[in-house]
Amino acid sequence: MLRLRRDRTRPGRLSRPTLPGPGVAALSFVLFAVAATAVSCRKETRVERAAREKILLLGNGAEPKALDPHLVSSVGDANILRALFEGLVAYHPESDTVHEPGVAERWAANEDFSQWRFFLRADAKWSNGEPVTAHDFVYSYHRILHPEMAAPYASMLYFLKNAEAFNKGELEDFAEVGVEAVGDHELVCTLERPAPFFPDVVKHTTWLPVHRGTIERHGVMTDNYTDWQKPGNHVGNGPFALSEWRINAHVKVRRNPHYWDAAAVKLNGVDFYPIESAFTEEKAFRNGLIHLSYTMPENLIARYREMEDSPLRIETYNGSYFYRCNVKKAPTDNADFRRALALAIDRSVIVDYVTRGGQTPAHGFTPPSEEGYQPPGDLGLDLAKAGEHLRRAGYADGGEVPEFTILINTSEAHKNIAMAIQDMWRKNLGISRIRIENQEWKVFQQTVLDGAYEVSRAGWIGDYVDPETFLGMWVTGDSNNNTGWSSADYDRLMRESSLLSDPARRYAKLAEAEAVLLDELPVIPIYWYTRVYLLHPDVRNWHPLLLDNRPYKHIDLEPAPKGGPR
Amino acid sequence: MDTARFLLSRLAQSLFALFCIVTITFFLARLAPGGPFLDEKAVPEHLVEQMKRNYGFDQPLPRQYLLYLGRLVRGDLGPSLGNKGFSVNEVIAESFPVSLALGLCGLVLALVLGIPAGVFAAARRNTRVDYALMGFAMVGICLPTFVIAPLLGEFFALRLGWFDVALWEGSTAWILGAVTLGLYYSAYIARLTRGSMLDVLSQDFVRTAKAKGARPLRILFVHAFRGGVAPVVAFLGPALAGLIGGSFVVESVFGLPGLGQHFIKAASNRDYWLINGTVTVFAVLILAMNFLVDVLQAWLDPRSRAAK
Repeated sequence: MLRLRRDRTRPGRLSRPTLPGPGVAALSFVLFAVAATAVSCRKETRVERAAREKILLLGNGAEPKALDPHLVSSVGDANILRALFEGLVAYHPESDTVHEPGVAERWAANEDFSQWRFFLRADAKWSNGEPVTAHDFVYSYHRILHPEMAAPYASMLYFLKNAEAFNKGELEDFAEVGVEAVGDHELVCTLERPAPFFPDVVKHTTWLPVHRGTIERHGVMTDNYTDWQKPGNHVGNGPFALSEWRINAHVKVRRNPHYWDAAAVKLNGVDFYPIESAFTEEKAFRNGLIHLSYTMPENLIARYREMEDSPLRIETYNGSYFYRCNVKKAPTDNADFRRALALAIDRSVIVDYVTRGGQTPAHGFTPPSEEGYQPPGDLGLDLAKAGEHLRRAGYADGGEVPEFTILINTSEAHKNIAMAIQDMWRKNLGISRIRIENQEWKVFQQTVLDGAYEVSRAGWIGDYVDPETFLGMWVTGDSNNNTGWSSADYDRLMRESSLLSDPARRYAKLAEAEAVLLDELPVIPIYWYTRVYLLHPDVRNWHPLLLDNRPYKHIDLEPAPKGGPR
Repeated sequence: MDTARFLLSRLAQSLFALFCIVTITFFLARLAPGGPFLDEKAVPEHLVEQMKRNYGFDQPLPRQYLLYLGRLVRGDLGPSLGNKGFSVNEVIAESFPVSLALGLCGLVLALVLGIPAGVFAAARRNTRVDYALMGFAMVGICLPTFVIAPLLGEFFALRLGWFDVALWEGSTAWILGAVTLGLYYSAYIARLTRGSMLDVLSQDFVRTAKAKGARPLRILFVHAFRGGVAPVVAFLGPALAGLIGGSFVVESVFGLPGLGQHFIKAASNRDYWLINGTVTVFAVLILAMNFLVDVLQAWLDPRSRAAK
C-alpha cells in the first residue's frame, strides 16, 4: 500500500500534489469575495432607489392565482387587483366606512335600500383608452355569474335579484338578473332584499369590471383560461396597469396614463413580491429590499416591539379565529358540553403567550366595529359555569368525556394554539382524552367538508365591514357552515334582519341572531385577528384599516428624515 | 455486445421507466384526498361541478388518463390550475432556467471544492488534514440546507452586505443559493472522492508506478485520478438532477422562482397537471442524466460495458 505523506526533506515534491485542495478552495473564496464586493458596491438600497423613483415594493404573501377579478378569492390577489382595477365605489385611504367615489361619481338608493342607482363618471377610461361604461359592468356581472364561468366567488353577487338562480343554471335569461345599464353612464342594481350597506359590498374585487373586447379577443366570455391576463394583453381601469408578471418572482404595475384621476396618483408603480416564507420576508425587509411586509414571524414580534421607532405595525383586522364543533357527532353534539368547552378557555393567555401578535380575545363571533356593530355576549373564562355545563352535559367529571380530536391544518401556529387549548380543557375541565391531529391543507378542508371531525380550527376574514359577512354563513345549508348546526330561530332572525333597512334596527336584530349562535356555540370563538407587518417609514398615507384594503392611488413614498429606522 | 446496442437497450429501459413514472404519478395525484377546487371559503357545490366539467375532471379516470397521455406525447402538459392563465409548459419554461443556473453553479462549486478536498484527504490519509477535511464534510452533510441557507443569508447579506438576502430579478441572492447547494454537495463529493481515491491508490498499478519512480503528483493526477473520480461521475447525474429539482428549501429561503417551489406547491394545491408536469420533467432529467453518465462511464471504463 502506498501512503503519500509529507517528505520534510524535500518539501517541493510530495507536498505539491496536496496543494490544489486548499489552493483552489482559497482561490474560489477570493473570487467569491471579489465578485461579492463588486456587487455590493452600491450606494443605495433598493427601497431607497425605489422611493426616489416612487415605486412601492411590497411583500404580498403567495403567488397570485390569477389577475382576473372573477377568478380570485385570496387577500394577496385582491391587493394586486385593487391596483389594476377600480370598482363603482373605491376604498377610502383612512376609513373603512367612508365611501370613496370610484367609477361611480355618486349613487343613490330607493327608500328601502333594495334598488341602487350608480351614476358613472364620463371620463372613466380603460388602460387602452376606451371609455368605461355601465355596459361594461353589466357584462362583468353577467360573466362572473355565468354558470359556465364557475367563478369561485360568484356568491358575492347573490345580492342582485335572481343572481343566485342564474348562477345555478335555474334561470337562463340574464335580463332577469337585477342589473341594468340605463344609457352609458347609469347602472341600476335591483337587489333581492334591502341592503343599506350595498356600497360596501360593491367595493369587493368580485364587483370589479372587466374589459369585454380584451376578454373576447382571447377567447369566449366564460373561458377560465386564456392569455388575456398576461402583460401586454391585460386591460384594466385602475390607477395602474400591468407591466410584468413572472411566476413566483414578481408582479409589476405601472402608472396608467388613461386613468381618469391620473393626476392624483402619487406613485409611479407598485412591485408585488410573492414571498411565502415570513422569515425570508422579514430578512428582505431588513435588507432594504421591500417597503412593506405581508406578515411577520411570531417569534420576532417581541424583539421588534422593543425597538425604538420600530417599523412593526399591529392593527386590528376584520377576522375571527375560532373552533368549529361538529354538532352531529358526540361529544360535541351536546350544547352544554360545547358551552363548557367555550367557558374553559383563557383567551387572554392565548393572545398574550401563544400568538403574541396583539390579537383581541373574542367574547363574541363578529369582530366589533368602532362605528357600527357590537357583538353581544361576554364569552370568557368562567370555571364555575363551565363545570356546571359539563355536569349538565351528563359528565360527573371530565374523565368521563369520551376521547375526541382537535383537527388542525399543518402549521406551527395552529398547533401551538391547539396545544394550549388542549391543556386548558385538561386542567379546567379534567378532560384527559383529547387528541390533536394535523392534516395537510387540502386534506383538512376535505375532512371538514365531510364532517369527519369533532372540533376543527377555522378562521374567517370579512369581505366587507358588516356583520352579515360573519353571521350569514351560519344559516341552515350555507356552504361554509360545515358544523351541521341548524337553528330555526337563527335562520328566522337572519331573515328578519335582511328585511330591515334602518341600520340601527338591523344591527339589533343581527345581535339577537348572534346571541343565539353564542348560546348554542356550534363555533367557539377564540380571538379576533390583527395584521402584523413591517412598514418602512418612507411610505406615506398608509393608515390602519380594518379591512386592510389600501387604495394604492393615495399611497406615496417620501424619504423619511435620517435617523429613523432603516 | 457492442456499444450501440448497449446504449439502445439503456434508452429503451429509460423510456419504460418514464412511462411507469408518468402513469403512477397521474393516479397517485388523483388518489390524494381533497382537490384543486377546495378553498378556505367554501365554493358552492354546483360551481365545483362546473369547474370539474371545465377542466375535464368529470370524465372517467381512465379516459382522462388516455387524453393526458395523448397530450403528453404532443408535448402539451396542460393548464396549471393554481396559476390561472398559464400552461404547465409556460410555468416550467419560466422556472427551469432559474433552477438550471442555480444547479449548475452549485455543481461547479461542489466539484471545485469537493474533488480537491477528497484527493487531498486521500493523499494524506489519517492525518490531521484528512480528519479536518472529512470533519468539515461530515458537518456539511449533516447540516441541512435550511440551516446553512439562513446562516449564509444572515452573515453574507445582512451582516457583511455583500449580497441581497432574497428575490430574483436584479438581486444577487441566487449566488448564496448556489453556494448553499454547492457546499452541501461538495461534502458528498469530497467523501466520495476520498473513498475511491483510497481504493485506487492501494492498487498494484499505483505501486508499480511509484516503484518506477513516477512523481507523486503524476501518480495522483494521472494514474489514480481517472479511476478515482469514476464514482463521482456516476454521482453527477443524480446530483445535477437533485440540484435542479430539489432546491425547494434554497428557493424558499432566498425567494427564488425556481422549479423546486412548483414541486411542493403543485402537490399542496392539488394542481394535477402541474404535479404531473413537474414530475415528468424531473424524471426525464434524472433518466437523461443517468443515461449520459452510463455513456460517460462506458467511455471511461470499458468494463462497465462488458459487464452488461
